[in-house]
Amino acid sequence: MEEKVLVSDLPALDSLYPEKVILDTRSGYGGFIVQREFLLELFKDIHDVWGYDMLSSITGVDYFPEMMEVVYHFYRSLGGGALVLKVQVPRDDAVVPSIFSIYNGAEFQEREAWDLLGIKFDGHPDLRRILMWEGFAGHPLRKDWKEAYYEEDTKPFSSRWPEGVAEHAEKKNLFKANVKYPDNFDPDKWIASGEEALYLGLQKSKNDQDMETESIVINLGPQHPSTHGVFRMAALIEGEAIIDLKPAFGYLHRNHEKIGERNTFLQNMPFTDRLDYISSMSNNFGYALAVEKLMGVKPPERAEYIRVIMAELTRIVSHFISTGFLLNDLGAFFTPALYALKERELILDVFEAVSGSRMMCNYFRFGGVVRDLPAGIHETIKNLAFERLPGKVDELDQLLTGNEIVRSRCIGIGVLTAEQAINLSATGPILRASGVPYDIRRADPYSIYDRFDFDIPVLYHGDIYDRYLIRIEEMRQSIRIIQQAITQIPEGPVFEGKPQYQVKVPAGEAYGRVEAPKGELGFYVVSNGQANPWRYHVRAPSFINLTSLRQMCLNYKVADVVAILGSIDIVLGEVDR
Amino acid sequence: MGINGIVKGLGITLKHFIETYWVDIKYKGKRYGTESGIEDRKSFDTKGIFTVQYPEEKIKVPEAFRYIPFLVYDEGELGEKEIRCTSCGICAKVCPPQCIWITRSVNPETGKPVPKPAKFFIDVDICMNCGLCAEFCPFEAIRMDHDYEIANIDRFAHHIYDLDKLLKPASYYAEIRPTQFKEEEDARKEKEAKKAAARAAKQT
Amino acid sequence: MQSEKINKPDINIPPELQSQVAVTTLDRIYNWSRASSLWPMMFGLACCAIEMIITAASRVDFSRFGMEVMRPSPRQADVMIVSGTVTKKMVPQIVRLFNQMGEPKYVVAMGACASGGGPFKEGYNVVSGIDKFLPVDVYIPGCPPTPQALLHGLLVLQKKIEKEKLTDAEWYKKDFHEEIPIPILGPDLLDPRKFHLFKKELETTTEEFLIESDAKGEEA
Repeated sequence: MEEKVLVSDLPALDSLYPEKVILDTRSGYGGFIVQREFLLELFKDIHDVWGYDMLSSITGVDYFPEMMEVVYHFYRSLGGGALVLKVQVPRDDAVVPSIFSIYNGAEFQEREAWDLLGIKFDGHPDLRRILMWEGFAGHPLRKDWKEAYYEEDTKPFSSRWPEGVAEHAEKKNLFKANVKYPDNFDPDKWIASGEEALYLGLQKSKNDQDMETESIVINLGPQHPSTHGVFRMAALIEGEAIIDLKPAFGYLHRNHEKIGERNTFLQNMPFTDRLDYISSMSNNFGYALAVEKLMGVKPPERAEYIRVIMAELTRIVSHFISTGFLLNDLGAFFTPALYALKERELILDVFEAVSGSRMMCNYFRFGGVVRDLPAGIHETIKNLAFERLPGKVDELDQLLTGNEIVRSRCIGIGVLTAEQAINLSATGPILRASGVPYDIRRADPYSIYDRFDFDIPVLYHGDIYDRYLIRIEEMRQSIRIIQQAITQIPEGPVFEGKPQYQVKVPAGEAYGRVEAPKGELGFYVVSNGQANPWRYHVRAPSFINLTSLRQMCLNYKVADVVAILGSIDIVLGEVDR
Repeated sequence: MGINGIVKGLGITLKHFIETYWVDIKYKGKRYGTESGIEDRKSFDTKGIFTVQYPEEKIKVPEAFRYIPFLVYDEGELGEKEIRCTSCGICAKVCPPQCIWITRSVNPETGKPVPKPAKFFIDVDICMNCGLCAEFCPFEAIRMDHDYEIANIDRFAHHIYDLDKLLKPASYYAEIRPTQFKEEEDARKEKEAKKAAARAAKQT
Repeated sequence: MQSEKINKPDINIPPELQSQVAVTTLDRIYNWSRASSLWPMMFGLACCAIEMIITAASRVDFSRFGMEVMRPSPRQADVMIVSGTVTKKMVPQIVRLFNQMGEPKYVVAMGACASGGGPFKEGYNVVSGIDKFLPVDVYIPGCPPTPQALLHGLLVLQKKIEKEKLTDAEWYKKDFHEEIPIPILGPDLLDPRKFHLFKKELETTTEEFLIESDAKGEEA
């Protein structure tokens, strides 16, 4: 009986909490607007009474010049649609209470909103900049902040046509580089301050033993072969044990969102490829869903099937890489990774033939896909899905799963319980390895996933080994989906309407999310009816999954940190964006 | 702790190792340096050595492959270059990183714009190979190239492509993208035939 | 085949000795050995790093050119493949790594981002080209360059090395000292080599400053 209440429809918060909560009635918008003073009280109810235990995304929107809005997306771990809550604050007094005490998963997202938008979160335990460095001038995503190579607010820039002459942007800049400084800045007087704040934030252990111990701070990364790119962790260790650990981000912060707000809607599509550059098709999928929601278009049948096939092939690619490189991190240098990369190459050949590029596919459009499958590719995918991949997944399974070294390094290491995983906003294989059967393809189905017969693998130990097993099993399920899709795929058009380079997107907001290989990938897009998105935010799964890294690493050894990080499967393009 | 799992894993690697020899023997030395050999290493049931020995062997890129854009020109009867581009500016407008610059030609006498580009630049240090320019070009004038061997030692001298460097003949286009080229040619011929028929109908 | 590369072409060796004897110059054998054992640093930045790993994996396999020994330590590396977007936050570390590499060292800018900023050039945290800080030897356009394109770039680098002369080698000169000052993270990225410009900028107006530096043809 109680369960029925929990999965009921959206609570009518505006009538439950009159005057404190109102419906968002702007055209194209949804959800509720909450008063700042009432925020914490309401969110406690949301969590405890209404069962919205998963915080999906926190972001801000700068409605220049009127106000700043903080947008929260909540979901239930039992499935169902989103609860969208908003708080509106004046731009010069952008302070909201931090919800870290209720949802621990808010930690990095609130820091990001502070860094990029200058929204202060009262009560946050460690409100430092996260992507930029401490001391950087300004909050870049504010609409009145302009970058060094600023040309115009929106693309296309008028200098390109009809009288365009190529020149390097450096030429126009004072310092011949992509930099700008505050007025009358004197470099001799500059004192850098960032690192101390990071180290001071590490919490020493309460020494209740008689033994005198000394703790040391060690840095892993940003240049470290185990960090899968340019990721950095500052760890406080006592002996070999991790006492505290803080990730440091931003070494690959490529300003995806600022560039995204200058771009037109279509121009963002190839940029999404570069988020999680291993699974670009999934990124395309999420962004296309968000914008299609705004535009109110639906792709034709055949396009839906192609999308699902591509997204599942991408999942296989991503899990192959993640498994291979997890073994790299465990010390099995390169043989498992080589076997995995070999299969990936064969799948990438399909992507290359279909979309034109191995990694940066740029294949989805709003209302379909770019082009139909070229001749012969249907057969290739069929062969891969029925002949090649099942055997190769089994082979990888046999090669690694029983291996005693793998087992002793992985079993019982990096444990995350189900409650912790939900509270820390973990998604994807990490959440499912902790015993929460949550997969967006089932919990909140999109596209045509409700037509296929597949299982959501769940395991209950929440350690590295289970995360690895989940990925192996998910590959098998993906192959199942592809097998069904490639046999059922109908003939027909792959694009709805006429392809246009300037799409008409009505004003409003939309949150499109897909189950990407790494977890929940969400795109929050706000349109004001113009050719460019007003706000474009990416809820990156590997970034938010890292919130739980500290919890997983506590009291394990330094060498385990490397394996735990490998099991989270991060891609830096998405972590730092 | 047993060693069964490790032994099993080593068995798989041993199988892979033996396969490399076995496949080579089966192909009787014809696996390397031949078209069919490269095809085999790309096929879904490939076994054995996977390496394609670039630069002696090259993996053939598929037709849809895209690298840097180029401009197509038709060869006139006297060998002159008839540039297809009309400098409409759609590619410059759709380009996500805005790496295309076009100067429209102007008739020096009347001052009116002429549908030909006077200057055309692409900065390959910015280009993201997304192919949107080629996708939305209404005149089949800008297309994505297949040539990826363009590394060099000076970017300031080489990396802003101008008209000279961008123009390539339609025959080259037909060579790298035969299907697409044929489709477009057929569509064009059909259109022309329709026009001619309409004209003939008018005259009678 | 190898002796062809080492052997000086204008010297005739009797056919019966060709597989055993090569007459060569010191330059040739020195460059040949260096070019055939380029050890890249195991150092990835962004998307291009994945293609770099693929180049090391079985499909393309650059160990055929003696490049398979990828070392994460700069002390053991000959060539730094800057594979991806160079951000302002990362560039101090990259410069430091470069300084720690032993001479002779080479830099390959892989992909559009490392060459000139790429699609992210306009971003506030992006350095428009690693050549603002490091001397780049080979630029490889593409976003990302395919593994074969990267290998082509590395072959271009090999050819460049084969043309070098021992007598011109700067790194053997007595007072050779090439340490690049490490950039500082201020309100924006600070290049210590440009500190004098701040003084000048404070004294003159912006327009005068721009014209003056243009006239001098000062290259960033």
